[in-house]
Amino acid sequence: MNETAAPLPTQAQISAEIAAAPSGRSEPALGFAPYRSSLLRFPTKDLRQADPEGAELLAPVFGQHDVDPLEADLTIQAGGEPLGERILLTGRVLDGDGRPVRHQLVEIWQANASGRYIHQRDQHPAPIDPNFTGVGRCLTDADGNYSFTTIKPGPYPWQNHRNAWRPAHVHFSLFGTDFTQRLVTQMYFPGDQLFALDPIYQSITDPAARERLVATYEHDLSQHEWLLGYRWDIVLTGSHATPLEGEDHA
Amino acid sequence: MPERTPGQTVGPFFHYALPYDGDRELMPVGTGIRLHGIVYDGAGEPVPDALLEIRQADAAGVVPQVPGSLLRNGVFTGWGRSSTDLAGEYWFSTVEPGSVDGGAPFFAVTVFARGLLDRLFTRIYLPNPPADRLLASLDHEDQARMIATREKDGSLRFDLHLQGDNQSIFLTYPGHQ
Ligand SMILES: [Fe+3]
Repeated sequence: MNETAAPLPTQAQISAEIAAAPSGRSEPALGFAPYRSSLLRFPTKDLRQADPEGAELLAPVFGQHDVDPLEADLTIQAGGEPLGERILLTGRVLDGDGRPVRHQLVEIWQANASGRYIHQRDQHPAPIDPNFTGVGRCLTDADGNYSFTTIKPGPYPWQNHRNAWRPAHVHFSLFGTDFTQRLVTQMYFPGDQLFALDPIYQSITDPAARERLVATYEHDLSQHEWLLGYRWDIVLTGSHATPLEGEDHA
Repeated sequence: MPERTPGQTVGPFFHYALPYDGDRELMPVGTGIRLHGIVYDGAGEPVPDALLEIRQADAAGVVPQVPGSLLRNGVFTGWGRSSTDLAGEYWFSTVEPGSVDGGAPFFAVTVFARGLLDRLFTRIYLPNPPADRLLASLDHEDQARMIATREKDGSLRFDLHLQGDNQSIFLTYPGHQ
């Protein structure tokens, strides 16, 4: 364990490093010093350009037997109602050409309303909610839509620096139609006061690009006396496979 | 064109969400070959919180497009997922991929880890690969870094080095940045 190592940097130090980072990156820098765990875990040699072939051209296929529709509702997985604000998270998964990604797997995981994960390594002394596991799956529909019912996660502290807090977020895992479109990312909530302080969010140094990780509150998605609605669309890279004439997997 | 959504790290807390029973068993254990290795960081320490996914053809060179990867009901789907253990080791039970359209056989791989801000792609080629465009573009040392080693027990060994002198070869594709 590293607990006895050098004292943790302050938020002011981390914020200064964030401010000094070169701007304009629409993807996260693989190595981003303010996110300390990245320092020994990013490739320092250039990535090699490859022409996708064979298995790289085809994403795995998931079907109705793989995913129970009930897995899309994170509020009904345990004995009772979880604590927190009930929310709907919905949107479309599109490829880089704007085509819907149909019938494809979406996986999410998140902290509970108090900012605690059900994970052995999460030692944040916030309450575990016995009615919330924080895990969901669904398949997109024929228009690429996904939808989850869940609760709004809380922000949580982490060990990157003194008084480090992650903005509230939901982790998303996505597939396209092509293996090279694989994406794991995080969705954030609008107006979070922690955005400016968070080195993971700020590792995308183009403001417009990182704002694409923030969902929109949409009142028409909210349901009377039941939940608040958020929309978040996800755009993957382009697919490399040449679509066949009239191809339709629907 | 819609603007694409950036990636973010898989973080430290994916273990109760992404792994599932049978995730790494493309073939039932004992019926296929074992593909395994250790993920190392830039200090040469094993990475206990990484996740690998593989996509591959079957032995005949056909990339399956059938569901069932989460169910694992006896269908070979050509896709699997393995988190690393405390010693940084991942493993899959699978078949050796055949050649697709005459190309050198390989496992396509994505790598995720706490501390890794975006996913990485690579390939694991089978030992003694035939002529291949990507391998031909690499020097001899880098070629060796993309090819699995046959162990005495018949398994395929492939270690990943995220950083350092022995860094693995990671790939980018047209349309990625
Ligand atoms: Fe998280």
